[in-house]
This record gives sequence, C-alpha cells and structure tokens, in this order.
Amino acid sequence: MKILVCVKQVPNTNEVKINPKTGTLIRDGVESILNPDDDNALEAALQIKDKNEGTNVTVISMGPPQAADVLIECMAKGADDAILLSSRAFGGADTWATSNTIAGAIRKIADYDIIFAGRQAIDGDTAQVGPQIAERLGIPQVTYVEEVLKCEDGKLTVKRQLEDGYEMIEIPTPCLLTAVKELNTPRYMSVKGIYDACEREITVWNETDIPVSPDEIGINASPTKVYRSFTPKPKGRGMMVEGTPKEAAAKVTEELKKKHFL
Amino acid sequence: MFEKKHEMLRKLAREFAEKELEPIADEAEKNAGYPGELWHKAAKYGFGGITIPKEYGGTGGDYKSLAIVVEEFCKKDAAASSLLMSNSLSGAPYLYYGNEEQKQKYLKPMVLGEKIGAFALTEPGAGSDSGATQTTCLWDEAQGCYILNGRKCFITMGPICDYAVVFAKSNLEAKGTRGISAFIVEADWEGFSHGKPEEKMGMHASVTSDLVFNNVKVPKENLLGEEGEGFKIAMGILDAGRVTVASQGLGIAAGCLDLAVAYSKERVQFGKPICKLQDVAFKLADMATEIQATRLLVYDAADKLDKHQRVTMQAAMAKYKAGELCNSVAYKALQIHGGYGYMQDYAIERMTRAARLVSIYEGTSEIQKLVISGHLLK
Ligand SMILES: Cc1cc2nc3c(=O)[nH]c(=O)nc-3n(C[C@H](O)[C@H](O)[C@H](O)COP(=O)(O)OP(=O)(O)OC[C@H]3O[C@@H](n4cnc5c(N)ncnc54)[C@H](O)[C@@H]3O)c2cc1C
Ligand SMILES: Cc1cc2nc3c(=O)[nH]c(=O)nc-3n(C[C@H](O)[C@H](O)[C@H](O)COP(=O)(O)OP(=O)(O)OC[C@H]3O[C@@H](n4cnc5c(N)ncnc54)[C@H](O)[C@@H]3O)c2cc1C
Repeated sequence: MKILVCVKQVPNTNEVKINPKTGTLIRDGVESILNPDDDNALEAALQIKDKNEGTNVTVISMGPPQAADVLIECMAKGADDAILLSSRAFGGADTWATSNTIAGAIRKIADYDIIFAGRQAIDGDTAQVGPQIAERLGIPQVTYVEEVLKCEDGKLTVKRQLEDGYEMIEIPTPCLLTAVKELNTPRYMSVKGIYDACEREITVWNETDIPVSPDEIGINASPTKVYRSFTPKPKGRGMMVEGTPKEAAAKVTEELKKKHFL
Repeated sequence: MFEKKHEMLRKLAREFAEKELEPIADEAEKNAGYPGELWHKAAKYGFGGITIPKEYGGTGGDYKSLAIVVEEFCKKDAAASSLLMSNSLSGAPYLYYGNEEQKQKYLKPMVLGEKIGAFALTEPGAGSDSGATQTTCLWDEAQGCYILNGRKCFITMGPICDYAVVFAKSNLEAKGTRGISAFIVEADWEGFSHGKPEEKMGMHASVTSDLVFNNVKVPKENLLGEEGEGFKIAMGILDAGRVTVASQGLGIAAGCLDLAVAYSKERVQFGKPICKLQDVAFKLADMATEIQATRLLVYDAADKLDKHQRVTMQAAMAKYKAGELCNSVAYKALQIHGGYGYMQDYAIERMTRAARLVSIYEGTSEIQKLVISGHLLK
C-alpha cells in the first residue's frame, strides 16, 4: 500500500503575539512546527504501516526551503520518503493555488492508495486545502476522520466526526481523508529515527518537475488576497477539571493553593 | 558544536520529559520506582541505546546526544537519568570491554528495555578508595568456575537488577589494584541476594541497595575483559560516566531555574510579583549565568569525548562544577519559593533533595579536585 501525507510547516501560534498597532503576527523568533492536525494524519498513516507490511508512507509539503525541517521530523517518526515542493514560483499561494500545486505533485507520483491531510492548518485555518486536492484529483474524500475502522484491499471504513454525532463511511481507494486531533495520539520521533532522517535526502520539486501550468500556481493564480488579519482580544484561559466531584474539588483546591488564594 | 540531529534530539527529549516524566515524577518519588511501562516506552523511543551501536539495539550516537537527553530529562525529573543507565555505567563496561557474545547476551536486552543492569564497584570499606575492594572472586579448579563472595553497597538499580558487573579481587597475591577483575553476575544465580532498598534523602525513583554474594558460582565466560583488568575497566568508563553525571547536574540546575522563574512571576507580595524585587531578579540572573557557563563546560567535555580526545581533566571539571552548581542553584530557587518550597507539593523540594547526590556519587567533588589538581601538578 502507498500512503501520501500532506503536511504544512506553521508558526507555533501558542507563541505568536500580535503587534497591537499593525494587527499583524510577530513571527520573529517564533518556532516553526509541524501543523498539529498533520501530525495526526501522519500517525494514522504510520499505524496502517505498522499493521500492513510493505506499506510506504511519503510526506509532501509545499513551502520555503526551511519547510524541509518538518519533513525530516516526519521521517524521524517513521515516514519512508519526503518530497518538498519549493520554488519562488509557488510563493504567495492561496488555497486554490496551493491545492493545485500539491495535486500536480500527486499526479506525478501517480501511484497511491490513500492521501491523508490535516483538517486545517493553525495559521491559515481555512480547512480547504485537503478537500480541494481531492476535487482536483477527482477522487472521493471524507473530512473530519476520527477513526479508521477497517483498512481492506480497495476500500476503507472510517468514522467521521459531526457536531452532534458521527457517520460510519465506507470509501473506495484511492481516496483522501482529513484528520482531526481525536483520530489518535501522535508518536514522538525516536532517537534512531532522528539519526537516520538527518542522513537522508529530501526530494525537492519545483514548477518544472510537476505537471502544472505556470498560470495555475503561486500568487498570480491566487484569487484570494488576505486584506487584514487580526486576533480578537483573548479571553482568560479557562481550565477544565475532570473526575468525580470529590476529585474535581480536590484539584480545584490544589490549584487555588498554588495561586495562594487559599 | 551542535548539528541538526542534536536540535531534534533536544526537542524529542524535552517533549518526552514534559509529557511522560513530569506528570509522574512525584508519584515515582513516592512509590520509589518507575512503572514498567515507562522503561519500555523509553526503550521503544531509543533512549536506552543512544550511544550504543546498532548491532546491540542502539543508535550508535555521540556523547553530545546523550548529554542533551540527560539534561532535558533531569530538568523535569532528576531521577529519570536512571532510565538512561544502559548508555553509561550499566552498559559501557560491556561495550568497551565485553566480547561479542557478552554484548549480545547482556548489553542488547538492556538497550531494548527487557533487562536492567547495574555497576557494582562501591563497598562498605571501599568508597572513594575503590581499589580497597574486599570482595573476592577466586578460581576454583575443582568446580571449574570462579567463586564470588562479598558485599557491594549503594548500587543503583540494586533492588531490581537482572545482572550486574561486579568488581572483585581474583588474585590475592597481586599488588595494589592489579588483582581486581570484572565479572558479569546474574541475579538469579544461587548465592546472589539483593539488599533491602535504601531509604534515601532523594532520588527515590532511582532505587539503590546492597548486593550480597555468598559462594556464587561464576562461569569462566562471565569474566569481563582479562583477569586483573578490573580496575582499568572501572576507571576506563569513568570519563564518559562523569560527563553524563555532569549533564544530570546541569539539567537539575536548569530545571530549578525554570521553577524559580515561573514561581517568582506568580507569587505576589507587597502588591507585585516577587520577580519585580531586584534581589529576586538578580538571583535569577546569577543562576542563569552560572548555568550557561557550566553548560559550556559540560558540552565541551562531551564534544572532546566524541572526538576521542583525552578528557579526564575536563570530565572531572564538568562533574565537579555541575555537582556543586545544582546544589547552589537549588538552594536559591527554593529560597525564592519561600515556605512553599519547603513543602512536598512543590517540585523544587524534590529537586533540591535530588541535587544533593550529584556532588557525591561517581566520584565526590573532592575526588574530582584530586583528579584536576593531579593533572595540573604532574
Ligand atoms: C492568517 C491567514 C489567513 C489566510 N486566509 C486565507 C483565505 O481566506 N483564503 C485563502 O485561499 N488562503 C488564505 N490564506 C493562505 C493560506 O494559508 C495558504 O494558502 C495555505 O498554503 C493553505 O491554506 P491553509 O493554511 O488554510 O490550510 P488548510 O486548508 O487549513 O490545511 C488543511 C490541510 O491541507 C494540507 N496543507 C495545507 N497547506 C499545505 C502545504 N503548503 N503543503 C502541504 N500540505 C498542506 C495539510 O494537510 C493541512 O492540514 C491565509 C493565510 C494566513 C496566514
Ligand atoms: C544514591 C547513590 C547511588 C550510588 N550508585 C552507585 C552505583 O551504582 N555503583 C557503585 O559502585 N557505587 C555507587 N554509589 C557509591 C558512590 O560512588 C560513593 O558513595 C562515592 O564514591 C563516595 O564513597 P563513600 O560514600 O564511601 O564516601 P567516602 O569515600 O567515605 O568519602 C567521605 C568523604 O571523604 C572525602 N574524601 C575521601 N577521600 C578523599 C581524598 N583522597 N581527598 C579528599 N577528600 C576525600 C569524600 O570526598 C567525602 O567527602 C552510589 C552512591 C549513592 C549515594
């Protein structure tokens, strides 16, 4: 089986602060991370690989050269191959151009059974890229996958998260699934994985390597322009306390003690 | 000095420490030990064999990598470096002096988290003066094996080890330390007993006890290295061992600083967080500066180890400095916590008790000074 996972490098928004004057993100010195939902997508692929010998997991990312970092991280967790789509010509892409570029690369790869994407990226937050890739490739898709129930020859059975319930869906391969965080708990990198990944080559493709036309990629093919982006004033962070009423009360008192209110 | 892989390892170790070690550190301290699953998990991610070659289940990485992981683990839980012992004290004697069969049989299962090893040098009458060992392991021609008798004390993992490298006199005539040999002794052999776990001041999760040998039959193939090479083996792995313990001291100090910074921002007295008081802020500045200086000392020694340079003096300096530093930093960090720091609900209490060990084991600070001055004056 061959599985492709689309992963994006994003700024760690837990650390991003907004410049109150300009309303833009202060990205200086902010750590770049693997988009959290994509970590779940990769984990789902690796779990299938663990159970099905001979499975190949390839990770794909579009981004600047430093996006190779997240690809190395994915290999350190167990991905077999990595492809970076990187070129000035891809720059400034909105979701339309992004999905076109990624779909182009996937057409070139040609042979695949499952494509995993994250539900959404924590910086752009549109949740459009995954579904758009499926549309461009003309393959079926299930979004908000919270469990892969069965993985058989030629079809999958998955559980799809809804606001007030779930759907069980059988879907033929090749197909695209988008992962939510409830799907699994991502594994860590391993020591050996890190050493191996740092020795390996990452394939880099630019616009001449993939079957896309120049007017379908990058900023010129991006109808959406982000005019202004701002974050509403954050409310104080709440804390969820779980357990029996007695346990919960104990935890609350402990917290209040720590803060010296008690 | 650091490469991409080192950065990634730090990230991995930090994440593992935050998610797997920190949440259970207090419980492990109370229960005096880590749950079996944690040993397996640590091994699964490769922590048991960072510096051990692939043939024996490890990664074959460098000492900087080990130092990074030890530092990050100890920031959250000082005792967690015991999960990494197969890289140092427990594993190194096999790696550097064992034959292929011994490495496969004893080293690999430790790296894979299936077995727990120990390093048994110290005795009631032989501490800093480890050459004064009274334990004997003498060849018995009639039985065709060595016979081991004696007692080792303060042995890390003693209560739960599956086997240990034991240093004992195999030749009573030989002068000085030349009569000492190293033996691999399995815990389920007749005459081997684990002492009762010691009730220590700190580091409860890293268990310690005597090992007692009463006419234990040790087969010829369990001699490690050559006869009479025991002291050389013990000293030969010390440099790397000291860099590892130095990393532990560094991690404890850095962890204490983190706790002090966080607490000083939260605790309000006289109408403002105490970090706004210059005396508190300056304490933090002193701690951070000393920690960074020590970090450079530790990683410089690790880097020299990786380049196969002689590091005896640098390793002693790093161990000495880090062992003392973690104590002085823990003291200041606890002071910043006021009365709360004296309560077991606060991690700084556990870290302070743990720090006290670092300047004692694997050579006391005084012994390190002996090594350093010996190099200066030779
Ligand atoms: C604040 C902000 C607002 C934006 N708003 C818009 C907007 O309204 N409309 C618009 O068209 N663009 C917008 N963009 C641009 C958008 O971020 C980029 O087009 C981006 O490449 C893809 O969109 P996304 O981040 O929303 O991804 P999502 O669609 O949320 O990502 C879903 C999944 O698709 C995959 N994926 C996404 N990007 C990549 C990639 N580069 N490489 C590999 N896999 C990937 C991942 O699996 C990911 O989990 C915005 C960007 C920012 C920073
Ligand atoms: C928790 C713990 C775990 C341990 N784990 C192990 C283990 O796994 N394996 C193992 O073999 N050992 C282990 N040890 C033993 C440890 O290495 C010894 O305790 C240490 O080497 C000191 O020996 P000692 O306790 O006999 O002290 P002593 O040697 O009696 O020292 C007492 C004091 O005298 C000073 N002193 C001694 N000689 C000199 C000198 N020449 N010059 C100046 N001052 C000197 C010392 O610095 C110290 O302050 C462990 C100890 C502890 C506490």
